[in-house]
Amino acid sequence: MRQFYGTSLATPFMLGTAQYPSPAILADAFRQSAASVATVSVRRESAGERAGTAFWSMIRDLDVHVLPNTAGCHSASEAVTTAKMARELFETDWIKLEVIGHTDSLQPDPFGLVDAARQLVADGFKVFPYTTEDVVLADRLLDAGCEVLMPWGAPIGTGLGLINPYGLRSLRAQFPDVPMVIDAGLGVPSQAAQAMEMGFDAVLLNTAVAKAGDPVMMAVAFARAIEAGQAAVRADPMTPRDMAAPSTPLIGKAFLT
Amino acid sequence: MKITVNGDPVEIEAGSVTAVLAKLGYGDTKVATAVNGVFVPASQRDDTALVAGDALEIVAPRQGG
Repeated sequence: MRQFYGTSLATPFMLGTAQYPSPAILADAFRQSAASVATVSVRRESAGERAGTAFWSMIRDLDVHVLPNTAGCHSASEAVTTAKMARELFETDWIKLEVIGHTDSLQPDPFGLVDAARQLVADGFKVFPYTTEDVVLADRLLDAGCEVLMPWGAPIGTGLGLINPYGLRSLRAQFPDVPMVIDAGLGVPSQAAQAMEMGFDAVLLNTAVAKAGDPVMMAVAFARAIEAGQAAVRADPMTPRDMAAPSTPLIGKAFLT
Repeated sequence: MKITVNGDPVEIEAGSVTAVLAKLGYGDTKVATAVNGVFVPASQRDDTALVAGDALEIVAPRQGG
């Protein structure tokens, strides 16, 4: 498995921590799925609230890598400030960089994203940019110093799966050596298997698990699908063809009229 | 002086970020801070004075996707 800024992950499964019915279900989803990375955020804290301390203590107990995000940031400067606050709180230089350009689609702002990535890399961050399948944007992000890319499968929270397989295949083919994570838009495990079969290195999702009727079972289902897709790539799949080819030998077939 | 804390107007005695956090009752809570959109590391809170009109943001770890 490709490394992420020099780190080998035990499993290529990155899981969000938001929207679960309870902290216990969240923790169970992580434990039973063996997800190896937890995404987290920073938000306003009131005096005496101490919600952050309780949450952070629970995440630390999971013993996973922590990937803070800049979710909800709409400008490079906002994302950079958020990243710096996250680095201090979570004691990691990993940052899932989100610079949102459109309110309805939550589509990344490519210009702000590259700008923020450049600033953060210069400041020592290991940037995981939430990006689209755009090959030119990917190239700019790599130029800015990103060593990992996180293209979307579909807009955040939609559960639509890989809506542009051609674009994602092109991106994978264009940068065969860059570690890439399919981030966002997945709804069911088969889509995660598909992402892995396409040669992506990991999958990041949140809503599909947290909003399932049984989040723990769904987390396990995703883990198995990711593992299946990963094994399929290693097994070197056959080449598809348009015309049928019999699998049962024709030789020796009884001649019957 | 009047400042803004996490978007709300607050009347508070002038002082450093550290002093204001203490007066607001944050105690030893694990938080990160920014003043007027610029990150203020914990190590610089003692030396960063807040003045009237400043916007102080105080954040902590939360769930995220």
